[in-house]
Amino acid sequence: MGVALDSPQNFMTTRLRQAVNWGRKYSLWPMPFGTACCAIEFMGAVSAMSDISRFGAELVRFSPRQSDLLLVAGTISYKQAPILKRVYEQMAEPKWVIAMGVCASSGGFYNNYGTVQGIDTLIPTDMYVAGCPPTPENLFSALVRLQNRIEHEGLDAVKERHRVGKRA
Amino acid sequence: MSENVLERLRAALGPDLLEHSDDHGDLCVTVRTSALPRAVALCRDDPALRCEMLLDIVGVDYLGRPERFDVVYNLRSLADPKRIRVRTRVDEATPVPTISHLYKNADWHEREVYDLFGVRFDGHPDLRRILTHHEFEGHALRKDYPIERGQMCYVPEKLLTDEEIVHGREIHVSPASAAVAVAAEGAGEEIASDYLTVNLGPSHPAMHGALRVEVLLDGETIIHSRSEIGYLHRCFEKEAEDHTWQQIIPYTDRLNYVSCLTNNVGYVLAVEKLMGVVVPERCQVIRVIVGELGRIMDHLVCVGTNLVDIGALTNYWYTFNARERISDVVERLCGERLTTSYTRIGGLYRDLYEGFEADLRVVLTEVETAIGEVSKLVRRNRIFMDRTIGVGAMSREDALAWGWTGPCLRSTGVDYDIRKAAPYSGYENYDFDIPVGENGDAYDRVLVRMEEMYQSIGIVGQALDRLPDGPIFSADRRVSMPPKDEVYNSIEGMMNHFKLVFDGIQVPKGEAYGFSEAANGELGFHIVSDGSGHPYRMKVRPPCFPIFASYGELVRGHMVADAIAVLGGLNIVAGELDR
Repeated sequence: MGVALDSPQNFMTTRLRQAVNWGRKYSLWPMPFGTACCAIEFMGAVSAMSDISRFGAELVRFSPRQSDLLLVAGTISYKQAPILKRVYEQMAEPKWVIAMGVCASSGGFYNNYGTVQGIDTLIPTDMYVAGCPPTPENLFSALVRLQNRIEHEGLDAVKERHRVGKRA
Repeated sequence: MSENVLERLRAALGPDLLEHSDDHGDLCVTVRTSALPRAVALCRDDPALRCEMLLDIVGVDYLGRPERFDVVYNLRSLADPKRIRVRTRVDEATPVPTISHLYKNADWHEREVYDLFGVRFDGHPDLRRILTHHEFEGHALRKDYPIERGQMCYVPEKLLTDEEIVHGREIHVSPASAAVAVAAEGAGEEIASDYLTVNLGPSHPAMHGALRVEVLLDGETIIHSRSEIGYLHRCFEKEAEDHTWQQIIPYTDRLNYVSCLTNNVGYVLAVEKLMGVVVPERCQVIRVIVGELGRIMDHLVCVGTNLVDIGALTNYWYTFNARERISDVVERLCGERLTTSYTRIGGLYRDLYEGFEADLRVVLTEVETAIGEVSKLVRRNRIFMDRTIGVGAMSREDALAWGWTGPCLRSTGVDYDIRKAAPYSGYENYDFDIPVGENGDAYDRVLVRMEEMYQSIGIVGQALDRLPDGPIFSADRRVSMPPKDEVYNSIEGMMNHFKLVFDGIQVPKGEAYGFSEAANGELGFHIVSDGSGHPYRMKVRPPCFPIFASYGELVRGHMVADAIAVLGGLNIVAGELDR
């Protein structure tokens, strides 16, 4: 972002993409789709010791229509699958998805008749966080990486992601 | 005593009593299927037996046997702490007569056996699947169902039937007509009704991510509701059959993931009961310490989230700060903050680290302060009292009929705690009280939990005072690794080591029900071993299963907002509810 401080009019020049992405990056509103143990660690991440608000993502919304980051924290069973899909579809663009923990990423050590083997079989996923459950620091690392990616995204990244989603 | 009980059963049942045995102190009788309700009713009503509670119904599949399934009923008497196990054998075609008219929680337990084994229950009011989804085909815990065969669910199930929505009350419909109702819903028809249907969950903050309730409202009053579970069914029991005994421990962390340590202890106690392994005193004391830490952590989360749900956010910071402090100690002890896997069959993963005692004492003082602050904020708080006193109240008798245990049961005034009634790990040597409530409402449940945390802190303090030196692992070579010099210098030691590492622990053939007082109540493991190195059947008795089964009755006649206040205090943890 180019800020011209010496100008008498106090204006700044930048690219639209950069200005928009700067705004998106620091105001991710997460919708915690917490189902299991990872949700307890997410609660730890929100609480005072770890404090997710340091990364601009503390405004937890439980309505998918008001949030742009779907944080899938926990195991997704086949029974839960249509609900996860519907919640994702209810979110307005642009939206991003973090799979928190190995269950959401790959099914983890639950390879059985009840467990979805990774949420990327259902919805497009941007970040995978390892750990069972991941520590709050692990989650923040994924959040920061996602923010860095958002910074460099094109404005039509949305369309691209949809294409990926269809393939998955 | 057991002889006397057996005589009474024999006199009443006559030739319908087929077999009996004594199973690790529990009387076990096998009865003819047609006589089952009579046998269970006798156990409940006979003045000498008086089993007020049905703990669990367990299905076991013996593939290849003509009468393929065992259905086992675990009953418990409160006054005189004894347990009776009634068993019946059925083939695939024969239905078992229901006992849902005798015990209220039998409804859900029978649905579970139907869902996972395909055993039908004659006369059951609402025999639907409960843990797997409604589009699931086959029965998952049958031995001929492969563990990896997942089945996708495409449309969430509708819970209330059209008739119920129109008439506003519970109508017993046969599963077949319920299926018709589901099909009609698919067509998207609108039903004319004076009542409003509201769906809560599973993706709803107050439903803790994995519970679902459909309520029918007249104005704002709940006139009828139906709860649905299974959204976090991770197939613990099937996974257990696929793993060795020691490998199951990490899975037990994820049952009640709020108090993993307490689960770890509960599981190894059950296996040790079946094997007859005795652990050294130091190990027992450490298990008491970690078990109580788990209880404190669980109650902190429960109280904190319950208060958040009814709008008291500040308390969440107080309780979670305290919990984080315990997490730090737990992380240093086990290497993980949450999923600890700390116990082993016959011992512990490792000994306490140096400085543990000093760390813990500091942390416990902080926890005590935090509980004190929360207590001051809520105990006489007008809003909190108005929201919770008299809300979701359960009477003593109903709580027993529903199979409640733990803090929820104690809030109704029953001073039943397994740590006192059937002490394990040396609990009889500790000085502590059992806090009880009076009204069994949402207010009492929070207060009982807070008081229990004080008691747990006291127990941990006493345990730290008496912590003896010595080994943390049993010397029993069936479960513990031989010392290194034996492994390197003797063939027996090496073979012992090799067998334990490659084959795992060999649990002898048998059946046992091990139980302990977890944070939510009685955590039971009904274990069947065929001596093959894997469990043949592992049934968990999750304390919150019967508690959540009663949720509809608890909230009927209350407002929607009250339903939220009630749910938080019950502490339903989906991990152990759905397994």
